[in-house]
Amino acid sequence: MPCTVTMTVNGKTVSREVEERTLLVTFLREHVGLTGTHVGCDTSQCGACVVHVDGRSVKSCATLALQVDGATVTTIEGLAAADGALHPMQAAFREHHGLQCGFCTPGMVMSAVDLVNSNPSLSEQDIREGLEGNICRCTGYHNIVKAVQAGAEAMNADQAAKIAAE
Amino acid sequence: MPDAALPVPTISAIDGAVHSPRPHESAHKHVSGEAVYIDDIAEPAGLLHVALGLSAKAHARVTALDLSRVRAAPGVAVVVTAADVPGVNDIGYMGKGDEPLFASDLVQHVGQPLFAVAAHTRDQARRAAALADVTYEDLPAILTIAAARDGERTLVTAPMTLTVGDSAAALAEAPRRLDGRLAVGGQEHFYLESQIALAIPGEDEEVLVHVSTQHPTEVQHIVAHILHVPNGAVTVEVRRMGGGFGGKETQANLFAACAALIAKKTGRAAKLRPDRDDDFQITGKRHDFEIDYAVGFTDEGLVTGVEMLFAARAGYAADLSGPVTDRALFHADNCYHYPAARLESLPLKTNTVSNTAFRGFGGPQGMVAAERVIDEIAFALGADPLTIRKRNFYGVEDRNLTPYHQIVADNIIPELVAELEADCGYWERRAAIRAHNARSRILKKGLALTPVKFGISFTATHYNQAGALVHVYTDGSVQVNHGGTEMGQGLHTKVAQIVAEEFQIDIAQVRPTATTTGKVPNTSATAASSGTDLNGKAAQNAARAIKERLAAFAAERWGVAADAVVFAPGRIQAGDQSMSFPELVRAAYMARVQLSATGFYKTPKIHWDRAAGRGTPFFYYAYGAACSEVTVDTLTGEYVVDRVDILHDCGRSLNPAIDKGQIEGGFVQGMGWLTMEELWWDGQGRLRTHAPSTYKIPACGDRPRVFNVRLLDNAPNREDSVFRSKAVGEPPFMLGMSVLHALSDAVASVADHRFCPQLDAPATPERVLATIGRLRARAAGV
Ligand code: FES
Ligand code: FES
Repeated sequence: MPCTVTMTVNGKTVSREVEERTLLVTFLREHVGLTGTHVGCDTSQCGACVVHVDGRSVKSCATLALQVDGATVTTIEGLAAADGALHPMQAAFREHHGLQCGFCTPGMVMSAVDLVNSNPSLSEQDIREGLEGNICRCTGYHNIVKAVQAGAEAMNADQAAKIAAE
Repeated sequence: MPDAALPVPTISAIDGAVHSPRPHESAHKHVSGEAVYIDDIAEPAGLLHVALGLSAKAHARVTALDLSRVRAAPGVAVVVTAADVPGVNDIGYMGKGDEPLFASDLVQHVGQPLFAVAAHTRDQARRAAALADVTYEDLPAILTIAAARDGERTLVTAPMTLTVGDSAAALAEAPRRLDGRLAVGGQEHFYLESQIALAIPGEDEEVLVHVSTQHPTEVQHIVAHILHVPNGAVTVEVRRMGGGFGGKETQANLFAACAALIAKKTGRAAKLRPDRDDDFQITGKRHDFEIDYAVGFTDEGLVTGVEMLFAARAGYAADLSGPVTDRALFHADNCYHYPAARLESLPLKTNTVSNTAFRGFGGPQGMVAAERVIDEIAFALGADPLTIRKRNFYGVEDRNLTPYHQIVADNIIPELVAELEADCGYWERRAAIRAHNARSRILKKGLALTPVKFGISFTATHYNQAGALVHVYTDGSVQVNHGGTEMGQGLHTKVAQIVAEEFQIDIAQVRPTATTTGKVPNTSATAASSGTDLNGKAAQNAARAIKERLAAFAAERWGVAADAVVFAPGRIQAGDQSMSFPELVRAAYMARVQLSATGFYKTPKIHWDRAAGRGTPFFYYAYGAACSEVTVDTLTGEYVVDRVDILHDCGRSLNPAIDKGQIEGGFVQGMGWLTMEELWWDGQGRLRTHAPSTYKIPACGDRPRVFNVRLLDNAPNREDSVFRSKAVGEPPFMLGMSVLHALSDAVASVADHRFCPQLDAPATPERVLATIGRLRARAAGV
C-alpha cells in the first residue's frame, strides 16, 4: 500500500508517496536523490548507510522510512556548513587520511559525529567500541581512529568557542 | 604575454609534488558524500534493474528450467538465459570456454547463475528471480581440496614446477629432515561496494558500460564477445571503486556482460547490483591451499633442500588459478635461500565458486609455507625462530639464486630486519614474555617477527605495459587519463603528483579523469601492485612529450638552447625570460604547438619461460618486516593483538601518507585472513558464511592496541622505477603473518616450546584452543 512519508532532511521538508515497506536508505537515495548514504551489506552489518535521525545515528538500511515519519534526518550531505565549509569531523577524515576507497566514509563520519555528541571526552577505547558497527575493508582503522580523535577535538573547540561567544 | 615582463610569482616548491603526503585526490568528495560510485550515477529514464537466478546445487544436470513464473511476475520486462547470448557464452579471460555467463544443462557450483531477470524495480527483479522452477539431477560433487587431491586430481589449468639443484639428493643427504602439511584458508574480498554494472545501449552495436572493475579492457573484450560485436563498439568506464583487492579483476565480467546483454536486448539501460549475500556466493575468493612440505637442514638450522606441493582449491573453472598458483611457488622461498628445491602446484578443480585474484595473488600462501618450514626447524633445534629466519636469508653477493633462477639483486632484508629487531626491542621483549608466561597460568603471550620479500611485475610479461593521455588546455589546466583504475589505493593521486611534478605546477591544476577504454585502450588490470609503476611512468612519458614540445617552442621563440629552458616551481625560465605555465601554454597554442600527448611504458629487463621454470619475472622486490605481540586466553582460545611494529620498504615513497595507509590496511587485512576470516561450506557445497553476520572481517576493535608503522628511510629503488619509488599494494598484506606466528609462539608455551604447534590458518579461537589441547596432550605423553 502506498503511503505518504514526510520528514525534514538536511533542513528541508520532503514528502514522498512510497510503498510502506520502503527502507529509509531507499527513500533517501532513490526518492530524495541523496546518494552519499551508501549501501554496503543490505543487512545492518556494515554501517555504510548510517544517518542521523533526530540527532542519533541509525542504520538506514534497517529502518523503514515510515518509522521516521515526521523526524529530522541528517545525511552526510547535510553535515557541512551552509557555505560549504566541511564539518570538523569531515575535515579530520580528509586531513588524517581516514579513508581510502571512501565507500565506508559517510557512515563512519556520521557515526563518529554521534559518538562525540553523546560523549565529548571520548577515549581511544570508546572510539574502538563505538565504531564496532562500522566496517572498513581498506584502512585497517588506524587513521580512522586518529581522524575521530582529531575531529572530536575540533568539535569540542568549536563548542567551547560558541559558548564563549554567548 | 611573457615578453611584457609580467611579474611571475616565485615559489620554492609546488603544492602536491612527488614524495609529499597529499590527501587522496577525492578525499573531499568522500567525506561530503559527493564522490560518485556506479550506484550513485543518475539513473537513465526507463532503467531496468537486473537480478540473477542462481543454482541451488553444487554439481547437477539441469533437466528442466521453467521460468514461466519468473516471466509472469509483476514488473518483469525480460528474462534471459544461455540461449539469449548472441556471441560466445563464456566470460573467462583466457577463452577456455569453461566459465559460462549462464549455465544451461550443467551447474558446477552453488550460486552459479542460470538466468537473469530485468524488471522496473530492483525489488521486483529480486522477487521474480526467486520464482524459477529448476529440476536438477544430482551428480557427485567434489567440494574439498582433500577430495580433489585424493581422487582423480582434475586440474583446471596446467600446473607448474620450479626446480633448482637436486632436492631429492639434498633431502636424502641432509643431517636432519622434517615433513608436514599446512592448511591455509581462503578469503572473501568484502569490498565495501559490491559488484555493480550499469549498461547504456548506444547506436548500432554500441554500448557503454559503467562497471566497478579493476580491468576495463577485459570487461570490454568479454562484453564484445558475449554480444558478438567488435571491441570498438564497447566502451567501459570506471571513475572509482569502493574497494577491489583483486575481487574486481575478473569477477566484474559477469555483471557487466549480463547488464550489457539486457541493455542491447531491450534498448534500455540496465543495472545489476547483486545483494551482498549473492555477491558472496557468485564471486570467487582467495584460494585455500593445503601444502605438503619436506625440508632438509643442518644442525645449525641452515636449509639444504626443500620440496613442496601446493594443492589449491581452484573451484569449477580456471579463471586466474594458473597465475595465482604460479605466484604461490614464486613466493614459497619468501626471504630464504633454498640451495635445492622442487616446488609444484596443483590447481584442483572443485565444485565450488571459481577462486580468483586477491591481494598477494597466491604469494601469501607461498610465504606462509616458507614461514612454517622455518618454524619447524626452529622448534626442532630449540632455537628462536628469528635466529633461524636470519640464518637462512638470501645473501647479497652469494646465496642469491631463487628457485626460478632469478638472482635477488636488491636484497635489503638483513639490514631491514636488523633495524626493526633493534627498534622494537625484540630480544628484551622476548625475555619479558618468557618471564610473563612463566608467571601467568591462563593468559600466555606470544611474539614473532616475520619478513616479506615480494616480487614486483606481472608474471605474464605482456601485462607489464601501460598507456596514458595528457591534455594541457590553454588556461594551463591539465587532464590526465591512464589505464589504471582507482579503488582507494591512491593511484590517481600519485599519477596527478607525477604530472604536477613534471610540469612544476600545483596539483590543483591537474585533474585525473575516469578510466575509460575510449581514451586509453588495451590496458592491463590494475593489479600485481603495479598500478603506479606502470601508469605513473606512462603519464610521466606523456607529460615529458608535451614538455619537450614546449621547451623546443620556448627555445626557438626566445632564442636559447632547448636545455636552457627550465621548468621551475610555478614558472618557466627561458634564458632571461620568465613566465608562468599558462602564459607559456597560451603562447605555444598561438604558435600551433600540440598540447596533448599519449605516453607509453613497458617494464624493462623482465622475461619468463614458464615451461622451463626459468627467467627474470620480477623487475625488483619490495621488502618489509613486522613484529607482533599477542595475548592468548588458553581457556577459551581467544586472543588480542597487543602491539605491532612494522618497517616497510616503499623505495622513495611517492606519497608517504598513502603508502602508510596501504601498509596499515594491508596488514590488518592480512591479519584478518590468517586469524578470524573463515569461509565455511557445508556438505552440499553451500557457503554458510555468506554475509558479514557470519563472515567476520576485522572491525575497529580488532586493530592492534599499539600500532607503529614506519617507512624505511634512504632506500631508493635500485631500479629505474618512477621517481625511485616501490610498489606497495600487496607486499604489506603478508606482514600479517607475524600475528599467526605470534599466536603460534603463545600456544607453544603451553608445552614449554618443545613442539612446533603447526597452527593452521585461519587461527580462529576454536583452532587456537584445539591446538592448545593437542600440545598439552602431547606434552603429557597422551
Ligand atoms: S548497508 Fe546498512 S549496515 Fe550495511
Ligand atoms: S575506505 Fe574503503 S571501506 Fe573504508
